[in-house]
Amino acid sequence: MQKYAINIAFFAGCLLIVLAAQFGMVDLYVQSVIMFMGINIILSSSLNIVNGYMGEFSCGHAAFMCVGAYVSSVITVVLFAQNKIFGAPILPPDMAVFFMPLAILAGGVVAALVGILVAVPSFKTRGDYLAIITIAVNYMVISGIENLEIIGGSRGFMGMKQVVYAMGDVVDIPWMMIWTILGTVFTIWIIRRFVSSTYGKGISAICQDEIAAEIMSVNTNKMKLVAFMLSSGLAGVAGGLFAHVIGYVNPQSFNILKSTECMVMVYLGGMGSLSGSVLSAVLFTLLLEALRPLQIVKWVIIPLILVLLMQFRPEGILGNKELSDVFPRLKRYFRFK
Amino acid sequence: MEALFQNIINALQWGSFYALIALGYTLVYGVLLLINFAHGDIFMVGAYIAFGVSVFVLGTQGLDLPNWAILACGVPLTMVLTAGVGVTLERIAYRPLRRKGAHRLYVVITALMCGLILENGNLALLGASRKKFPELMEKTIWTFGNVSVTNLKVIVIVAAFATFAFLNFIVTRTRIGMAMRAVSYDKFAIPLMGIPVDTVIVFTFVLGSGFAGLAGMLFAMSYPILEPYMGALIGWKAFIAAVVGGIGDIRGAFVGGFLLGFIEVGVVAVFPSTFRDLIAFSILLLILWIKPTGLFGVARHQKI
Amino acid sequence: MLAGCGGGDSDTIKIGFNIPMTGDIPKVGEASKYAAEMLKEDINSKGGLEVGGKQYKLEFVYEDNESKAESAVNAALKLIEQDQVVAIIGPNSSKQAVPAGGTCNDNRVPMISPWSTNPDTTKDRPWVFRAAFLDPFQGPVAVNFSAKQFGAKTAAVLFDISNDYSKGLAEIFRDEWNKKFGDGAVVAFESHGTKDQDFSAQLTKIVSAKPDFIFLPDNYNQVALIIKQAHDLGWNGPFMGSDAWGSAELMTLCGDDCKGQFFSTHYAAAGAKGDTKVFIDRYTEKYGYTPDDVAALTWDATRLVLQAIQDAGSIDSDVRKERKAIRDSLAAVKQFAGVTGNMKFDAQGDPIKCAVVVRIDENGQFVFAESVCP
Repeated sequence: MQKYAINIAFFAGCLLIVLAAQFGMVDLYVQSVIMFMGINIILSSSLNIVNGYMGEFSCGHAAFMCVGAYVSSVITVVLFAQNKIFGAPILPPDMAVFFMPLAILAGGVVAALVGILVAVPSFKTRGDYLAIITIAVNYMVISGIENLEIIGGSRGFMGMKQVVYAMGDVVDIPWMMIWTILGTVFTIWIIRRFVSSTYGKGISAICQDEIAAEIMSVNTNKMKLVAFMLSSGLAGVAGGLFAHVIGYVNPQSFNILKSTECMVMVYLGGMGSLSGSVLSAVLFTLLLEALRPLQIVKWVIIPLILVLLMQFRPEGILGNKELSDVFPRLKRYFRFK
Repeated sequence: MEALFQNIINALQWGSFYALIALGYTLVYGVLLLINFAHGDIFMVGAYIAFGVSVFVLGTQGLDLPNWAILACGVPLTMVLTAGVGVTLERIAYRPLRRKGAHRLYVVITALMCGLILENGNLALLGASRKKFPELMEKTIWTFGNVSVTNLKVIVIVAAFATFAFLNFIVTRTRIGMAMRAVSYDKFAIPLMGIPVDTVIVFTFVLGSGFAGLAGMLFAMSYPILEPYMGALIGWKAFIAAVVGGIGDIRGAFVGGFLLGFIEVGVVAVFPSTFRDLIAFSILLLILWIKPTGLFGVARHQKI
Repeated sequence: MLAGCGGGDSDTIKIGFNIPMTGDIPKVGEASKYAAEMLKEDINSKGGLEVGGKQYKLEFVYEDNESKAESAVNAALKLIEQDQVVAIIGPNSSKQAVPAGGTCNDNRVPMISPWSTNPDTTKDRPWVFRAAFLDPFQGPVAVNFSAKQFGAKTAAVLFDISNDYSKGLAEIFRDEWNKKFGDGAVVAFESHGTKDQDFSAQLTKIVSAKPDFIFLPDNYNQVALIIKQAHDLGWNGPFMGSDAWGSAELMTLCGDDCKGQFFSTHYAAAGAKGDTKVFIDRYTEKYGYTPDDVAALTWDATRLVLQAIQDAGSIDSDVRKERKAIRDSLAAVKQFAGVTGNMKFDAQGDPIKCAVVVRIDENGQFVFAESVCP
């Protein structure tokens, strides 16, 4: 029973959030912060696969988020909403409830395919050369979408709110909150399974010593391909959620600054620590919102806090440990690895 | 044909700035294996220091020297002050981390954060107004047919080549250069040989940041509008240039900078300019695909 | 600076500002904030805003949207839910105004964007208004004026691809010009990125295409660089600009190179009369520079909201009802005399107002050249 205690507590917590949102106990602002927290958790933990567990240095994570956001938005808008270019909805809008997770997953799948663009060069290239490839991919994706007039180019793309309303018309519950929480739980679950599987051991081996891993019969190319695709696919899921929460996407929302934020969250939490990533994503989102009243000074204080933190804990909040390593008593309730 | 020559000159000028900034990246990287992401912002600070020096210290609101004197005193003063900023960053942010043996990428993130602090600190201190850099030089435009060159463009290009020659000389021909290469080769064995590692590293930062200051001054003279975020984009792109050239190699940064300048200008000249980033970065990807360690990079053989 | 959460006491009116204090365009946020502060001091020093025979003090809440879409949504929600504002001014650029407009419309809070030109900001959103004219109106103004003024048959366009304002205007201009003079009359259609500083490659292409003039719908800081570089490349022809040129900083940044050029805008600062002149003089005295169009538009947008509050007749203590009252009286505004000219609102919440074409004279003043009304 103890083994499931945390799981049960966790699901109770999620249910509580959804219920609180449903009955207006927390206001929309707090709800929106919670949703962005979920999206940030997905982003940081998915980037942690590549930058933490595999020890590569990818700085273009926002590119995959962008692809996922656009693909899932286009799918839902074409299927369920009236749009200037794509015309009337193809399916009755009520069905959005069932297709929503599929559309977001489809965004993730396409983002994973774009991830190959980075994965294949990584067979030959390592370290800082790979960093450049990821930055270049980020620039290319943004530039490509700016030139795609059919999805709005630099004007951005909208219409996702109609789909969200259509879901609300079927059953009036906070749908986006539910999808975000499900997406976050799915991400954490899949990453946790992944890193404790053979693949996870494989990418840890690549992180330690690529050549030695190769000799020990780890198929490094396959490992890298899978890791990159999983990481970028999950970023695509985050993008799909982001697009539907905001109801509008613009290529410039996914520029190198967004990638920088993802990186900060990973290294703040600690490389190769899943609970660290989750913790730092939550802290980072809260910090961003809590320091709002400072206006300009906020963006001096936040980096300063991070620099100071690095001075005292140069391995991030949790280092490469999990929460259960820091507080061994937790192991009784939950195994983090 | 004339458009071709004109574009070659444009690319030479723009590439010069990439090359000047990329040289700073590559110097620090070469010695420390640290991507100093704050370098673009040190360049921005350099431009602001040049502005402060040439307006409030030597210029109209200070000693009120003639323009040639401002240039003559301003360039070294800017370089010294900017070097000071670079060394300060190294002292208070990077060195403690290095001492603690933090993972390399944590130092990189610290550098990113330092860059953000420089940008936004500038915004908070000086306000959102953009600054106009004074015209320190009588502008002369020479035209050959339809090709026009300004004296400033020539100075920028010459400065880039001179900087390269100077840095190349320092790194390959002097004792301190030898020490720099040695630290780059093996950080652990070198202190045992009696080489003061910290001095070498500080010297590297002095060189890198000093020349970022020079680049900032030249940039402010050519594009006389200063704003706190001016260093961010050019910094990222110069980093890309440095890597494509083969990071850690002075020649690589120099060639990479000009290569990026030529690619960007060339893409605009040939293709519709809306596709510039897409095509330019695809070309860079191709180059890295064919030569995974950059143009001048040497694949390091790993011991098992 | 920020009051506590929850509804304010009954003697104050809370209005929210969702503006970019950091990020790409901090100057825009600063100008908006300055204009709003000036208006607030004006009214509060007279004892407050008189609504239905009672004086109410104004309280303005400023939220930084960091020039990011998601941050603009959060800022709007925070203003609506935590600060309980009755109306929101901003965001300024369309990248933030489109999503924040959706948020305000969903939550039934009146919002006026001073500066956004993207039609989607107000389209099918009864709670969202704007104070600026739209690109489809400004484009033809530039076409007609430059055809007449320069006697031009061919044109070249240079715009910012990442800036939807610039891109939208450039495309409308190209289509109008081609319609007027036949296909191919726009001899060069070139773009650059947002933070670019070197435009020589694009300009070389433009200069070698030999257009009669260059249309430059770009932000003033880039305008200053572009015009200088064009002159370095031997271009001596005229430029035609758009309302984003209209900043006091343009002349400090650009200097002699900009003199003699034309641009279309919301108001001509030099030679302004009446209220406009009073506004410009006071702003200049207080903050040390001539207010740019964002400041003037924010001033107008805020005054519109205040007017709507007064028109509603009384303040309802229930924030939701008060918001509804403000929205209804905003939609009912027939005629409004702002510092950027007289405006009416159409069914979408977009203003119908005149554009002004100004010339930059030898002293660097923006002098009235022509007024174009829809």
